[in-house]
Amino acid sequence: MQKIYPNAEAALEGLLFDGMTIAAGGFGLCGIPERLIDAIQASGVKDLTIASNNAGIDNEGLGKLLRTRQVKKMISSYVGENKEFERQFLAGELEVEFTPQGTLAERMRAGGAGIPGFYTKTGVGTQVAEGKEVKTFDGEDYILERGIRADLSVVKGWKADETGNLIFRKTSRNFNFPAATCGKVCIAEVEEIVPVGSLDPDCIHLPSIYVNRLILGAPYDKKIEFRTVRQREAA
Amino acid sequence: MATAVETKGWTRDQMAARAAKELRDGYYVNLGIGIPTLVANNIPEGMTVTLQSENGMLGIGPFPYEDQVDPDLINAGKQTISELPQTSYFDSAQSFAMIRGGHIDLAVLGGMEVSEKGDLANWMVPGKMIKGMGGAMDLVAGVKKIIVVMEHTSKNGDAKFIPECTLPLTGRNVVDMIITDLAVFHRPDHDNPFKLVEMAPGVTAAEVREKTTAHYVE
Repeated sequence: MQKIYPNAEAALEGLLFDGMTIAAGGFGLCGIPERLIDAIQASGVKDLTIASNNAGIDNEGLGKLLRTRQVKKMISSYVGENKEFERQFLAGELEVEFTPQGTLAERMRAGGAGIPGFYTKTGVGTQVAEGKEVKTFDGEDYILERGIRADLSVVKGWKADETGNLIFRKTSRNFNFPAATCGKVCIAEVEEIVPVGSLDPDCIHLPSIYVNRLILGAPYDKKIEFRTVRQREAA
Repeated sequence: MATAVETKGWTRDQMAARAAKELRDGYYVNLGIGIPTLVANNIPEGMTVTLQSENGMLGIGPFPYEDQVDPDLINAGKQTISELPQTSYFDSAQSFAMIRGGHIDLAVLGGMEVSEKGDLANWMVPGKMIKGMGGAMDLVAGVKKIIVVMEHTSKNGDAKFIPECTLPLTGRNVVDMIITDLAVFHRPDHDNPFKLVEMAPGVTAAEVREKTTAHYVE
């Protein structure tokens, strides 16, 4: 069973169709699957529903798919810093299901774990609760949220072995883990593919069972949204 | 309502310093974007406070030196940061399990409106601001204590601590303490009204009353 594909286009072969749902990892521009987003854009697939915490920024990350009008609907918690998004949303060209960040992460986790729905306190008494079942447990109200099962997951890791055991780096893990688990097929792109046996089995973040296809995505752009630094004190 | 040029009251830094007085040794804390972020600069010496970033990190360090900037290491405001020896990383589902599960002691958040019943609105202005709630709804639902730091009035002088929120809510009956540039309001639990517990230097109770439409106890 060969999981490694030569590039993103090859890895996506046979998986894309108009109107499909894609779960994507990343937080802001940190840990986004750059190569796979580019290849999805190039494929021209359209009417996509994308579950992703953010929608990229103008012409970066998922912002690229917005610019080409390939996205019908976003399921996201935060979409600021994105003029094209705002324009399409206000013009009614783009649908958005605003989902609290923790609820979105849990919807992906639940979907991947075979849990079709769960109750949460998050959003009770707000717009988010509209149309959702409310149930009282121990005197407190909770709303029913649905797990997400995507047709495809696209995620970005740091290192993977040839079987797809994968580790992330620092805060780029974010939504990549839950997104990876909730797709019928998951494609991971990584910075380095290492031989089996070179990753410590005790330190695998995403076990290989969740990774169906794997590509080496390097070299990476890794854009920074807000570069904040401090000055060294004079010696 | 707004009178002459305001010179009294707390600055943004002073509001953050006031919020920092609510920190306790051993607390795990989540700080929102804006003034709440400044609370990190006011952690009392000798006190161990661990900052959580909802994108998957416990133990936020200071901004990095120029040569240590790492695109894989950012906070929830997407700013580059650094790690500490005690830092741990995790995924977003785990991060919000911590938040929703009541493991975080305190969250300091910004606010657009707070109602006298402790409702918070801070994520949306219909037809104008459509950025989304991010993690704010999860934080107010799950964190043990919620402090809102905000200007006492809007730019055109309207009260922000009001009887009922007019903007879409972030959470209902969730706020424990409000710190504005003029005063501090606190309530011991979610069944009691807010009480005016402190005023910034030079601010009178009468002035607070004049600039607040919410009912509170003095």
